[in-house]
Amino acid sequence: MTGYPRRRGDPTPDSHLFPTRPYDLVKEFVVALAVVLALTLALAAAFSSPDRRAITLRDWATAAPNDVVATATAELAGTSASATYGPPYNSAAQGQQLGPFPLAKWIGVHIPVNSAYDLVLAPLRLQHGDAALTAALRDWRATAPARRSAQALAYADALAKASGGNPRRVPPGAYGPVPQLAASFLQLARSGGLDSALTPGSSFYPADQTKALLLLSDGAYLEDQARAEHLGGDQWGMMNEVGNYPGQPWMWLYTFWYQVKPFSTSGNADALVWGLMALLTLGFVLVPVIPGLRSLPRHLGVHRLIWRAPAPGDAPPRGPTRT
Amino acid sequence: MAGADAAPHRSWTARLRGRIARTIPPGQWLPDRQPQYVQSWIYVFGVATLAALVVVIGSGVALALGGSAWWHTSPVGHFLNSMHLWSVEIFFAAMVVHLWGKFFMAAWRGKRALTWITGAVCFIGSIGTAFTGYLSQSNFDSQWISTQAKDGLNSVGVGAFFNVLNPAQMLMWHIVLLPLVVGVLVVAHIVLVRRHGVVPPFDAVPPAQQETTPTTETGASELSGETTRFESVEAVTAVRVTTRRSPQERP
Repeated sequence: MTGYPRRRGDPTPDSHLFPTRPYDLVKEFVVALAVVLALTLALAAAFSSPDRRAITLRDWATAAPNDVVATATAELAGTSASATYGPPYNSAAQGQQLGPFPLAKWIGVHIPVNSAYDLVLAPLRLQHGDAALTAALRDWRATAPARRSAQALAYADALAKASGGNPRRVPPGAYGPVPQLAASFLQLARSGGLDSALTPGSSFYPADQTKALLLLSDGAYLEDQARAEHLGGDQWGMMNEVGNYPGQPWMWLYTFWYQVKPFSTSGNADALVWGLMALLTLGFVLVPVIPGLRSLPRHLGVHRLIWRAPAPGDAPPRGPTRT
Repeated sequence: MAGADAAPHRSWTARLRGRIARTIPPGQWLPDRQPQYVQSWIYVFGVATLAALVVVIGSGVALALGGSAWWHTSPVGHFLNSMHLWSVEIFFAAMVVHLWGKFFMAAWRGKRALTWITGAVCFIGSIGTAFTGYLSQSNFDSQWISTQAKDGLNSVGVGAFFNVLNPAQMLMWHIVLLPLVVGVLVVAHIVLVRRHGVVPPFDAVPPAQQETTPTTETGASELSGETTRFESVEAVTAVRVTTRRSPQERP
């Protein structure tokens, strides 16, 4: 046997034993590079690229003030998405399960976020010179946790019933300091101070936007904007981007599962989709060793379009050369 | 050194040189001939993927010159970002065609399983690299994609260590860690392709292994059912060339 030794049971011969023909690899690469570069330049010049400016918390407060008040109230009541999330942010829930395996719970809380304190109260405590806010913060601290929650929940309910969620149309009630805290929070966001106040440790070099993004996604404004751009979760949003751009079409299969049952209606959809994609990915990588699947291409016959008999008049081949 | 003079072939350098030569013999890195059956446009897409990767890396490096946010305010930066985006789209398009082509050829045959595996992992690694790129744009797309993606990652515990809401971490993954992984895998993939050569057609029989006397027309090959015969009067040359190699050239 000449050439590299073949694996036992694999009849595929060494490719170096076949007759050869001239093939200019370097020329092929240079031409391919030139074509790809030209195509890239043409597409970039013709279609540019999307760049919708990031939403600041100030933008949010200006465009949807009632949503900011409702979100701050939900954080204080402990009913927001981040407050009830579970790992890796807090222990309010155990997170999703992959079958019987609570993977998120096993990993635990690694990025601790106390939504009421970190996203609302801590930024407010950085403010000075506002007597009403100072009094409201003092009242909040002095009130028992159960009563605080009851006050915040009552205010959240009242906001939900008010026309347009407008705090000014909320009837008087036992809300404690919550309305004042929410109003001060809105004022802080409008001033632009909330963006920097949510930076970890008030760092001079803001880098980690976890808290700001959690707060923003707790509100309805971000999702409303995304849905207007056809980026909702049920609109294949994860693989798209703003405008008429291709986005990430290579993620179509991952996004696909979220559009169909049982994933689209399951409380464990994310874990189930990830589990399924992990299995499919493993199968994709290990195709060469999966019986049946590795033989499928032979039966599909598409290879006949690739390997054809040489056309009459083709130049005669020469002896084998290592490729 | 006397020891080195006595046994130069045992030096680390000589061993590495020998190892490289055994992995891919001289002349095999950049051959100017290919097996006769390499005659389809499908073979272009591997090279096209590599060419697109060069443009992706080049435009990414150019973007890095101005930092992570300059492209928002600079027309030049924005154009480079557009080049980066479209070269990535071309890269994936070429790679997907390349992958399907290799699947339909069952290109893992003949000890090429690792070639397929490195290519498949390259594809997955490229998806991760592109994904972190979208998270590093510092615009609305980054905000929305990160807040959506966190749930999937958190559901299986990955989000505790790979925080998509931290753009600084995602930028490092995008420009350092994942490109390093993909780069190493691409090199390994190319080495394996060069080492094993292009997979022959199903049931193809090289001239030296055919039972019939090679008296047919020079260069004729034919499809007979599932069997492809590459017959040549130079089959004898094939045997002579391949058996003339020294044992050190064999893996």
